[in-house]
Amino acid sequence: MSQYIEEFEKKQIVENGYPEVTVGDTVIVHKEISEGKKTRIQRFQGLIIKKTGQYSRESITLRKIVDGIGVEKSFIITSPLVKNIELVSKGKGRRARLNYLRDRKGKAALRVKKIDN
Amino acid sequence: MKNVKQFLVGKKIGMTQVIDENGKVVPVTVVKAYENEIVGVRTLEKDGYNSVCIGYDEIDEKKLSKPQKGQFNSGAKYRHIKEFRVEASDSFELNSKVDFSTFEIKTKFNLQSKTIGRGFTGSIKAWNHQRGPMSHGSKNHRLIGSIGQATTPGNVKKGKKMHTRYGNETVTIMNLELVLIDGQYLFFKGAVPGKSNTVFITGVN
Repeated sequence: MSQYIEEFEKKQIVENGYPEVTVGDTVIVHKEISEGKKTRIQRFQGLIIKKTGQYSRESITLRKIVDGIGVEKSFIITSPLVKNIELVSKGKGRRARLNYLRDRKGKAALRVKKIDN
Repeated sequence: MKNVKQFLVGKKIGMTQVIDENGKVVPVTVVKAYENEIVGVRTLEKDGYNSVCIGYDEIDEKKLSKPQKGQFNSGAKYRHIKEFRVEASDSFELNSKVDFSTFEIKTKFNLQSKTIGRGFTGSIKAWNHQRGPMSHGSKNHRLIGSIGQATTPGNVKKGKKMHTRYGNETVTIMNLELVLIDGQYLFFKGAVPGKSNTVFITGVN
């Protein structure tokens, strides 16, 4: 990547004070969504199974199970629409990407070793 | 050649993304504008058409031949000269610079550059032909197939799509929106062909 683009992307990062999160953590992301003319904050709780990108392109993918169906949603951390990121629990993901969780069902679906704080 | 309103020569730096005021992610190509200078102004009375010549990519005087040096009036010498046709060339002054900081955000531009050269390629890559079966005893994997009839007419039709050199051709991408200007760098929405190389930017009429 060009040096200029790298510096530009670093400049785009806004200091937000979110907790540092890694793959395996369970978090709640508060994101502003617009419904017609109204806007409201939507909370999405899930396990981080993937982190991609650097600087202003950094994004996380959350996975949760709704009525036995896996749901994944990804968020750009520096996006102005993301208002807050809450850390629910720390986990120990022993892979860079927890894609193997997609094949799992039931209790094991989101089981990652917890780290006590 | 079509007349252009705004023009510039730049170098593709790469791609990144920016977030607009609505929080939407916009993919952008970053183009660095060359240090340029107007080295020639063609007028309707003298040359039969209106145009502006831009010199870019500065070069040491020693590397140029005498006829090449004759193109430039002032001290600075340039490696390349690019001519843009304009409606009226009266407003352009010799040895002045093209001021791209006055380019308006959200206006649309045409970007022209060369695609990545693929070298000698088969017809599948060059013309999107189908390939044969790769297994079940087939020996026709990526062959070109029939190229015409037999004794009548006894020749291959002109323009038959075959294996050829592919890429390295000039392509214009139209109506790319200018998203941002940061000093010498211009951000256009969308992709531009080619690797990091020279890009000609022209305003949409």
